[in-house]
Amino acid sequence: MTEQRTPLVEMKNISISFGGIHAVDNASVDLYPGEVVALLGHNGAGKSTLIKILSGAYKRDAGEILINGEPVHISNPRDAKKYGIETIYQTLAVADNVDAAANLYLGRELRTPWGTLDDVAMEAKAREVMGRLNPNFRRFKEPVKALSGGQRQSVAIARAILFDARILIMDEPTAALGPQETAQVGELIKQLKREGIGIFLISHDIHDVFDLADRVSVMKNGQVVGHARTEDVTKDEVLGMIILGKCPPKAIPGPGAMQTA
Amino acid sequence: MANTTIAAPSGSARHTESTALQRFLQATEIDTRLLGMIAALLIIWLGFQISTGGLFGGLFLTPRNLWNLTVQAASVSVMATGMVLVIVTRNIDLSVGSILGFVGMIMAITQAKILPPLIGFDHPATWIIALAVGIALGTAIGAFQGLIVAFLNVPSFIVTLGGLLVWRAGAFLVISGATVAPMDTTFRMMGGGAEGSIGATASWIVGVIACLFIVASIINSRKQRKRFGFPLRPMWAEYFLSVVGCVTVLCAVWVLNSYYMPVNLAKKYAEAHNIPWPEGGLQIPLGIAIPVLMAVGIAIAMSFLTTRTRFGRYVFAIGGNPEAAELAGIKTRWVTVRIFALMGALCAIAAAISTARLNAATNAQGTLDELYTIAAAVIGGTSLAGGMGTIAGAVLGAIVMQSLQSGMVLLRVDTPLQSIVIGVVLVMAVWLDTVYRGRAK
Repeated sequence: MTEQRTPLVEMKNISISFGGIHAVDNASVDLYPGEVVALLGHNGAGKSTLIKILSGAYKRDAGEILINGEPVHISNPRDAKKYGIETIYQTLAVADNVDAAANLYLGRELRTPWGTLDDVAMEAKAREVMGRLNPNFRRFKEPVKALSGGQRQSVAIARAILFDARILIMDEPTAALGPQETAQVGELIKQLKREGIGIFLISHDIHDVFDLADRVSVMKNGQVVGHARTEDVTKDEVLGMIILGKCPPKAIPGPGAMQTA
Repeated sequence: MANTTIAAPSGSARHTESTALQRFLQATEIDTRLLGMIAALLIIWLGFQISTGGLFGGLFLTPRNLWNLTVQAASVSVMATGMVLVIVTRNIDLSVGSILGFVGMIMAITQAKILPPLIGFDHPATWIIALAVGIALGTAIGAFQGLIVAFLNVPSFIVTLGGLLVWRAGAFLVISGATVAPMDTTFRMMGGGAEGSIGATASWIVGVIACLFIVASIINSRKQRKRFGFPLRPMWAEYFLSVVGCVTVLCAVWVLNSYYMPVNLAKKYAEAHNIPWPEGGLQIPLGIAIPVLMAVGIAIAMSFLTTRTRFGRYVFAIGGNPEAAELAGIKTRWVTVRIFALMGALCAIAAAISTARLNAATNAQGTLDELYTIAAAVIGGTSLAGGMGTIAGAVLGAIVMQSLQSGMVLLRVDTPLQSIVIGVVLVMAVWLDTVYRGRAK
């Protein structure tokens, strides 16, 4: 169904190595508008590294990135943001010592006509966005350090959606959250999907993401085991891909798939 | 708008269970840490006042001592405002004292050796050329050290430790250890003294302008909050803050205006200005000293820079989480370079104040100033772990350090003992701050 359209993002034959270790080896993934792709794999499988290449935190050694079919150069986080790629990192990547509004606008501050920070406008916008995302949030004056894990998470998410992202990368988005907050994030993902945003969900836990994702891409030892539509495979089959690298019949095998006779 | 209505009931619920003091602090939004520091400073002042001759006869809280205190604290205070930014980003600058020495020496050579043959002795432009040369040189030195820290990844402790040795030696080498004097007449005004003070009338004008500024900024911030329908401070709190601000400023001006020129200085002044010398002598108020005005101006500018501009926001974000700042797209390395460059420029201004005050440049000038500067910033609540610190705190820290020194001189405490006291106070201040922060969590 989606195969005729141009993918929003196409990462082709990406490789990167750190001191001789191939963290990502010839990996290809793609993402269509309004689609959620779960990137699965064990800790250290290379999924975070692959995605950090897309968000500009690492520079690839080989391969190419296409956005809407056009090859692009992403060499730092600013480049990535220019193409509408927003990332929510596993570590949340918020500055603990400043307040929520300052974090939301970090690197893209609103300014008054005199070039000074327009804190009041930023706080107003922050109240609006956070009100939509987490209506219970009202600690706008406190440093983010004082917030709970879930509240920090909502700050990180709000920052990503504040600037009309087209491509959203969420690295273990629910790792720090309780069940209720996890459900909230799930709702949010569905809402963003309806708005036509493409989402990469990265997780080492299949149960977190299976119901949200349209497709799964599984990585093992830096290589892609295979891709599959979630409706074509069972959780057990995906687990087999994660643990053994064994591709079920309906999945498209990648370079990392176990060679069967 | 919806948020304010949600926030209001919980706010008032909290009000009912808090004490009067908490309510007061909440309404006025006063920084309790800063308040604690001001209290500590007042205790130190009262302590010295009482031990130098009783509450009313003491030598400490006299216009003369306070006037001198402000002038003596100016140089370290200027550097401490920059040190806050350095420490907030988890760096340190050990080279500031040596940069002060080196840049001071170059400024002195510029105005005493290089410029007179070119444009003549005591030319009106001499001071500004010398100062510009100094600021350019200080900025360049700071930027150079910052480049090594940011792009070659050498820890700032090491880079500036190297700088401490290099620039101190540089101050000796450029003129083979000689002392350069005298300074240009206009340049000397930056050091304070009779010629370097603005007099009573001008001081009152400065005070009144400061008061207008305080009131205007309070009104402006209220207007801004109204624009977006944020919760406002109660009216009485606004009035309270305005009155306290204005009274403090005017009291300070009054104290500084109550210090009159010593007799022989006044006589010289009267002669120079063709004022007849009356029988009972002349009481000429000195008013605010120019180095103090410079230090206050720089403190205000630096406060503005840290709280109201992007650069300041980035400095604190980097201090809180360098990785997050980098991922948010901030050019963290260039921010580091700019911080060190700014520190260098402030060292040059401090050097101007200190050479002007001494009316000479020596190669030992500014020795140990790096430690006083760091101590002032740290006593002022700047956290060595990064991410925390205020300019106002650092200035207060500089005043605390200078108060201890002046007070002990008045008490005729031996120099070694003075160092011991300052060392102990530094450690205790940081310990108290740690305790406070532990509670605040």
